[in-house]
Amino acid sequence: MPKSLFQKVWDAHTVRQLANGQTQLLIGTHLIHEVTSPQAFGMLRDLNLKVAMPHRTFATVDHIVPTDQFAEPYSDPLAQAMIEAIRKNCQEFGITFFDRATGKQGVVHIVGPEQGITQPGTTIACGDSHTSTHGAFGAVAFGIGTTQIRDVLATQTMALGQLKVRRIEVNGKLHPGVYAKDVILHIIRTLGVNGGTGFAYEYAGDLFDRMSMEERMTVCNMSIEGGARVGYVNPDETTFAYLQGRPYSRKGAAWDAAVKSWKSFASDAGCHYDDVVKIDAASIEPTVTWGINPGQGLGVNECIPDPSKATSVDEKASIEEALAYMKFKPGAPIKGTKIDVAFLGSCTNGRLSDFQEVAKFIKGKKVAAGIKAIAVPGSQIVALQCAKLGIDKVLSEAGFEWREAGCSMCLAMNPDKLVGDQVSASSSNRNFKGRQGSPTGRTILMSPLMVAAAAITGTVSDAREVFAVNQN
Amino acid sequence: MALAKITQVTGRAVNVPGNDIDTDRIIPARFMKCVSFDGLGEFLFYDVRKNEDGSNKNHPLNEARFQGATVLLSGANFGCGSSREHAPQAIQKYGFRAVIAENFAEIFFGNSTTLGMPCVCATREDIAKIAAAVEANPQLEVVIDVAAQEVRFGGQTIKTTQRESARDALINGRWDSIGELLEGKDAVAALAKKLPYLAA
Ligand code: SF4
Repeated sequence: MPKSLFQKVWDAHTVRQLANGQTQLLIGTHLIHEVTSPQAFGMLRDLNLKVAMPHRTFATVDHIVPTDQFAEPYSDPLAQAMIEAIRKNCQEFGITFFDRATGKQGVVHIVGPEQGITQPGTTIACGDSHTSTHGAFGAVAFGIGTTQIRDVLATQTMALGQLKVRRIEVNGKLHPGVYAKDVILHIIRTLGVNGGTGFAYEYAGDLFDRMSMEERMTVCNMSIEGGARVGYVNPDETTFAYLQGRPYSRKGAAWDAAVKSWKSFASDAGCHYDDVVKIDAASIEPTVTWGINPGQGLGVNECIPDPSKATSVDEKASIEEALAYMKFKPGAPIKGTKIDVAFLGSCTNGRLSDFQEVAKFIKGKKVAAGIKAIAVPGSQIVALQCAKLGIDKVLSEAGFEWREAGCSMCLAMNPDKLVGDQVSASSSNRNFKGRQGSPTGRTILMSPLMVAAAAITGTVSDAREVFAVNQN
Repeated sequence: MALAKITQVTGRAVNVPGNDIDTDRIIPARFMKCVSFDGLGEFLFYDVRKNEDGSNKNHPLNEARFQGATVLLSGANFGCGSSREHAPQAIQKYGFRAVIAENFAEIFFGNSTTLGMPCVCATREDIAKIAAAVEANPQLEVVIDVAAQEVRFGGQTIKTTQRESARDALINGRWDSIGELLEGKDAVAALAKKLPYLAA
């Protein structure tokens, strides 16, 4: 019987059925970071248990690290306590830790792929909802809670119920100036923030076939914002080319065997999908959010919704709540909305290609007066790649502060925060109330080039106009 | 590890209305700078409950009549957003024992079940009935019958739904799976041998 990638990976990792009907699933790769793991290690100690497979457990530090300083102790003693806790836990249990001194530290979802730890046909878990990112490689990757981190540490397995699979097929070409970020914002806007509940999303179609691994990661990253716990793209030559020669990739004959096995995990033609959705790539516009969840998106040339035109009581209430928080006027164009802060970075859009694309267009231009613009590479390796290509300089000259690697203002657990009700043009993945560090701060999600356009004009703008993208 | 069989939760209720209440709202990220979950309860819903100077805003949890409530009522897609277990932990540490909502985000639901905190779904109309009864009498005793899949309050009974695996785990004392997972040790080792990428 033909099977989907999800089904094949699930079957290959099923240990047994549990009494409550859930599956005990083997987790091949466990990624951990400093925020959600310390309590799990505490639980492990309380139960007097060891880490089952330390060699399949990898750690980094990303959420709390300051991006403007490297030296410890950090000015925030709580942040210092957290980095020390993960250091100590990794040492005690024999876990590889990509600490800052290794030069390989970064946001966990950037580090895994970069090191070649993220591989097709594998199961991955991490105490972080954006673990879906790793699905870009044809892995089945779950974001989990701390008690489950304990389970995976102690047993290398966890208890899970099966997911249904929805194939999201996008065919055709994107217009110039439209990016992977717009694709996923469009998908979430179309299917809703909880449209994916109970589903794994399989992203397919010729658009995804042509995408680079970094673009695929951007899309898979935000699967969870559409309610899908897992999102993946079937592995292909692009995947294998990306992985070849990475530190954790196999070499020689073992590499060939790995590629052969990886290919066998791709969804079979004619396999069963619980749902299929088709989208025309050419219909996707540069998309920005106007509200307080990632599904509240608009084409940049559209107008902010009017609650009086809502089609249901629910929709009306959610538009009203979002408008009240964002202090936006119903029916007004989103273009032209004044911004205060521009943030480039995060596990959605903090990779080399994101900064490269911005640098290509921003050269010779300047961030508008009064705008705080920061660019935060997603990992130390991304920072190094950017430095080699002079991208850091281009961005600095344009007026962006070029920072050290970390999550930074994506969720502002470090010193990078919005102040008061500042409006942020952000390449990150969440625009929830208070997400960027101020309880009244406002976030508008968009692609990196749109963030650059907003930084230069001081308002939400169409990057295609600001940078004459069509002529490039 | 013998776990309690959670067949019923009985207590007073408080309604925190709204759809898509995300985990950032339940527990703002800045309170996650901790290496233990103890003490998270006081920061539950912090930014919608407190002003920047720490004084109270208008919020159901701040009302004297709802103090001591152990059942939380809310709307659709409750607990969406991040996988942080800090969210259900904060709800539980605050003193809640169960949540009734129209439906729940996946990861939040799983995390809550693992903590032995039942999350049951009811229709909007039924939740409104409970909310109205509680509004009229905050002392009203609300019984969430996990086993029978219903909620009883002030002479009324409404139906609830819950994923069967979770219901089963709660009522049979299997909501924390660690014991069972550990028992699978040999089967795990055997399967691991078949997956070449797990070799050291
Ligand atoms: S960059 Fe943002 S979304 Fe990604 S792991 Fe860090 S905080 Fe989470």
